[in-house]
Amino acid sequence: MHSICSQATTLPRSNFAFDSRSPAVPISKPVNLRFCGLRKEAFGFSGLTHSCSSRVRCSSRGHSKKISASAENNGTPPKSFDYDLIIIGAGVGGHGAALHAVEKGLRTAIIEGDVVGGTCVNRGCVPSKALLAVSGKMRELQSEHHMKALGLQVSAAGYDRQGVADHANNLASKIRSNLTNSMKALGVDILTGVGTIVGPQKVKYGKVGFPDNIVTAKDIIIATGSVPFVPKGIEVDGKTVITSDHALKLESVPDWIAIVGSGYIGLEFSDVYTALGSEVTFIEALDQLMPGFDPEIGKLAQRVLINPRKIDYHTGVFATKITPAKDGKPVTIELIDAKTKEPKDTLEVDAALIATGRAPFTNGLGLENINVVTQRGFVPVDERMRVIDANGNLVPHVYCIGDANGKMMLAHAASAQGISVVEQVTGRDHVLNHLSIPAACFTHPEISMVGLTEPQAREKAEKEGFEVSVAKTSFKANTKALAENEGEGLAKLIYRPDNGEILGVHIFGLHAADLIHEASNAIALGTRIQEIKFAVHAHPTLSEVLDELFKSAKVKSAASSHGLVSEPVAV
Amino acid sequence: MAHILQTAFLPSTSALRRTPISGSKGKSQSLQVKAKIREIFMPALSSTMTEGKIVSWMKSEGDKLSKGESVVVVESDKADMDVESFHEGFLAAIMVEEGGVAPVGSAIALLAETEDEIAEAKAKSQSSSGISSAQVVEEKPKQKEESEPAVPAVAPTVSSIKTVAVGSAVHPASEGGKRIVASPYAKKLAKELKVDLGTVVGTGPMGRIVAKDVEAAAAAGVVAAALPASPAIAAPVTSGIELGTVVPFTTMQGAVSRNMVESLSVPTFRVGYTITTNALDALYKKIKSKGVTMTALLAKATALALAQHPVVNSCCRDGNSFTYNSSINIAVAVAIDGGLITPVLQDADKVDIYTLSRKWKELVDKARAKQLQPHEYNTGTFTLSNLGMFGVDRFDAILPPGTGAIMAVGASQPAVVASKDGRIGMKNQMQVNVTADHRVIYGADLASFLQTLAKIIEDPKDLTL
Repeated sequence: MHSICSQATTLPRSNFAFDSRSPAVPISKPVNLRFCGLRKEAFGFSGLTHSCSSRVRCSSRGHSKKISASAENNGTPPKSFDYDLIIIGAGVGGHGAALHAVEKGLRTAIIEGDVVGGTCVNRGCVPSKALLAVSGKMRELQSEHHMKALGLQVSAAGYDRQGVADHANNLASKIRSNLTNSMKALGVDILTGVGTIVGPQKVKYGKVGFPDNIVTAKDIIIATGSVPFVPKGIEVDGKTVITSDHALKLESVPDWIAIVGSGYIGLEFSDVYTALGSEVTFIEALDQLMPGFDPEIGKLAQRVLINPRKIDYHTGVFATKITPAKDGKPVTIELIDAKTKEPKDTLEVDAALIATGRAPFTNGLGLENINVVTQRGFVPVDERMRVIDANGNLVPHVYCIGDANGKMMLAHAASAQGISVVEQVTGRDHVLNHLSIPAACFTHPEISMVGLTEPQAREKAEKEGFEVSVAKTSFKANTKALAENEGEGLAKLIYRPDNGEILGVHIFGLHAADLIHEASNAIALGTRIQEIKFAVHAHPTLSEVLDELFKSAKVKSAASSHGLVSEPVAV
Repeated sequence: MAHILQTAFLPSTSALRRTPISGSKGKSQSLQVKAKIREIFMPALSSTMTEGKIVSWMKSEGDKLSKGESVVVVESDKADMDVESFHEGFLAAIMVEEGGVAPVGSAIALLAETEDEIAEAKAKSQSSSGISSAQVVEEKPKQKEESEPAVPAVAPTVSSIKTVAVGSAVHPASEGGKRIVASPYAKKLAKELKVDLGTVVGTGPMGRIVAKDVEAAAAAGVVAAALPASPAIAAPVTSGIELGTVVPFTTMQGAVSRNMVESLSVPTFRVGYTITTNALDALYKKIKSKGVTMTALLAKATALALAQHPVVNSCCRDGNSFTYNSSINIAVAVAIDGGLITPVLQDADKVDIYTLSRKWKELVDKARAKQLQPHEYNTGTFTLSNLGMFGVDRFDAILPPGTGAIMAVGASQPAVVASKDGRIGMKNQMQVNVTADHRVIYGADLASFLQTLAKIIEDPKDLTL
């Protein structure tokens, strides 16, 4: 999903850190894969109920090892390639991979068919953060009660729509040029046009109406990303029925907007629109709003982000037909019951935002030339992002990262996958632990998470026969949160009491998106609760919420705590 | 899950434990004597909670419970909370299943002291669940009576307005009135203010009902009801009313009634005046975006006029003397939830219009939330009552005891007028009508006060100073 990526774009050199720790991430692959599947389902298609299980293919460990070995020393006659690595797609994933490739000494080219930065920078997380920054400030200024409690007096807050839209647009251009410059400075060749794989290690690219160029490379990474998914029956006109692509331009602020899908994208836009004065109706196919979040966090979030705001919702319904406004008629939305398929209601609103997830953008990639069949558009890959062909065999030298493989549709996940691939092609085996990748939703307050939700953890525990415990702390007890008068929030830790392993952390509260990294780093490095609870946090800071969380966990075995500096533990 | 919730997140577990005990004393004691079977009650988890939903039972029937152990998770209007057992024993019978809703204080399960008593408790639950469900049925209408008199009390007088309106409320979005199209916030407000959306006329895009329509409907309802001199209209009754019933006054309605009767002991008289409002309307249009309301503008104008005529701001306390009030506090009558209240804008002559508007908004919000402090509604020295927004062009107000005068403000409407130079023109005109206590305020006082007021309103530059 596109809405979460700010760190990845502004810290292009952060992969050093990744480098130094990566030897320490041995994880069990089957587990990893299974939960990727869960994640993807939860994040990618919140508004739908398609089964995604078929999307993840994994070959057995031994088998894949063999192929990987043969791929590296394969019998291809040594010929000279134009590049060591070609990346198709210059989004955040491709960018991360390119920078790391250069650092590893690879001659690297990146093919961009549209604009550098991809969805995240141009139509996703970056401009949406600009809008959410505005919405956060509006909310503060509009909350008389809040202001008064702080002793502040402000006269009525207002906004200029065009000014807000310009802010989002300017931010996107700025980040885009940062990205372009960072690649140019490092000597990455930026090739313009649509990239197509024409055969093994061969890619053609070119703009429409111009002759194609053919380039060869030792390895190819597909990083073509995704586009907003629009279910059939919905007519998008870009004015009154829109996707996130249009909404981010903020060409209008409708009085009443229906948002189809209550996942990350829908939730963030509801935050923006209600702060700017719109009323919102959510349409969610599942029985509960905010599927994909830990249920308890979702419930609390609903109490804070939905119920007190000018929002109502219809759950358990599909929007089968959405017709844009024309000839003086409003936007009409036909709803049917998600289970019985019987017509349920018709809504008439000023605008509708389709936020039902994102679909992979893999058409025209020439996958047929290497015998690869997409699965509902996604490129099948193994846990090392190696592309799998129609017969279930690995395709040598071709990798796919990011939204196009659908493992975890997050910008920073794509970047991490790209770095992992570069590690592999430069001779070091590497498997990314997707369970250590954090995710965040930038509402006010924010929601963030890493690892498993409580139901997922309990399911896993039942299968594998271990115990699960949950610890919680409230922002109400945190000095800094109270100083800001933002005591609403909850942090939740799901862990194994027998060995102190962190299974998941979920935070809802002020700056949750920034707070999650302590937990995600702990998971990535295999740090146990009995170790991290001795780490010191500055007082008074919001990070003490997590400090308290770790301290409130009750780990049974005292034996396993062995000092502050510990070896990362293999899981 | 029990230990989870015993964190700082739930500071109120102790309060929670207390509530049901106090709530259940009488009943559970009598039960206790006969057999050691206790009831577990739906606790009040917040001050506003009237009923709770059972999220999950953490114990099943037959399980042993120790004191302080969590038994059930209850969802209130604010949060999910664990409910603990106050006694040791066995969970004998669950009377409200998961997902069920029970009013605060009603029994949701039975607790037996020994295992032997489980069967007895079960039998009891069967019979008492019959009783308790009957009680629920009985209680429901009672609650209705308590919480809803607002609507019925209002409806008879309003319904004539409403029915007319409904006739014209057929908007394109509703398929000839079959379906109600209301914005999300309008729906929320309607629920809060207990307004039936079926009776509201939508003025939003495509005729949909928006928040201000609901607010207007709510206000219209109550103001009309509180209108002192309105004759009883034999109007068709709206659905909210049970015909043939007698509905007692709420506390607020009782207070209104007492004051109205008391007002009969004061010798009052009335003086009316027509004021041109074009300039005021223009000013309002200009500063409306800054949050200034018409009410604040009128209060400000009145206060400035009163500053020049202290006698109109005076009152007669004992029948022997003038009490000249030291400050000008404008009380403004507001229809509220089945009654009438007069939030007071203190020192309205001194406070600037923007502050006054903010203050007004704050007072109205407080009034809606029933949080007005006494000094915020009973310190008025002069009262304003404005029914202009409903198109009322003139009316007559009753003088609230303890004050000297009240001004009834009608709608500002375009009128054809002859000007002094013999021309005919269109002007927006508004009629005001002051009721005053003739013991202290005489006709000439009111006349010159109104003249000053008219001057201020017709040349409103002073209002924004």
